[in-house]
Amino acid sequence: MEHITVTQIMFGVLSFVAILSAVLVIFSKNPVFSVLYLIVTFFAIAGHYILLNAQFLAVVHVIVYAGAIMVLFLFVIMMLNLNKETETHKAAWIQIAAVIAGGIMMVTLVGALKGADHMTLVQPNDVNIGLVNRLGTVLFTDFLIPFELSSVLFLAAMVGAVMLGKKSIH
Amino acid sequence: MSAIQIIPIGWYVTLSAVLFGLGVLGVLFRRNAIIMLMCVELMLNAVNLLLVAFSAQHSDPNAQVFVFFIMAVAAAEVAVGLAILMMIYRNSKTTDIDFLNKLKH
Repeated sequence: MEHITVTQIMFGVLSFVAILSAVLVIFSKNPVFSVLYLIVTFFAIAGHYILLNAQFLAVVHVIVYAGAIMVLFLFVIMMLNLNKETETHKAAWIQIAAVIAGGIMMVTLVGALKGADHMTLVQPNDVNIGLVNRLGTVLFTDFLIPFELSSVLFLAAMVGAVMLGKKSIH
Repeated sequence: MSAIQIIPIGWYVTLSAVLFGLGVLGVLFRRNAIIMLMCVELMLNAVNLLLVAFSAQHSDPNAQVFVFFIMAVAAAEVAVGLAILMMIYRNSKTTDIDFLNKLKH
């Protein structure tokens, strides 16, 4: 009998929470609950990052997703006043077809990627790769141009969002 | 000590595939455009998780920089997507994507 370690238990619990709340995002009737369950999923994924020694990404993930993106979603749902009563649903046969198609896709992906099981560790494990020091060095040497370009992307997204959001003058 | 030394990479691949499949299912299943955007976020996160797992497996920080850029693009995408949704809602008073079928007719 194999000894079960704490890491394995944490992996199991985090995976269970992530998948369960992802299912609840799709099937909950109220859009506000969908947003809250998605936040739970994001926290579970942040826990996975910490298990994988990606501490900086875990913190950034919580700040960006749970802190910024989901607040944006909640604000939009609040401003549009969406709730259970305003929610529309697809016809039953389309829902059944969607579940079958999504399920087949999931089974195909899992089956196709099963060969990855035989991959082994290629290098002695380095636990420091997720720290801000190592990531910052890589970001400002090898990835300097993409990093600068992403600021242009943000400027364009900001201008676009303001332009789309503003009332037309006529 | 990293989780990748204890947990086989295949489990992470399976978890990411399931999360990605759930995202696809959500896009197909729901009619509310906001929920569909949230399911796109779920798919992006499944890919991020797999990139981080492979990064830990190969002890290579480059993959984590890719995750960083994916997060940046996701944030920009959500800002513009929600602005477009607000505009659609102002014009048509609904976020139901089946209402937006003008190109079909």
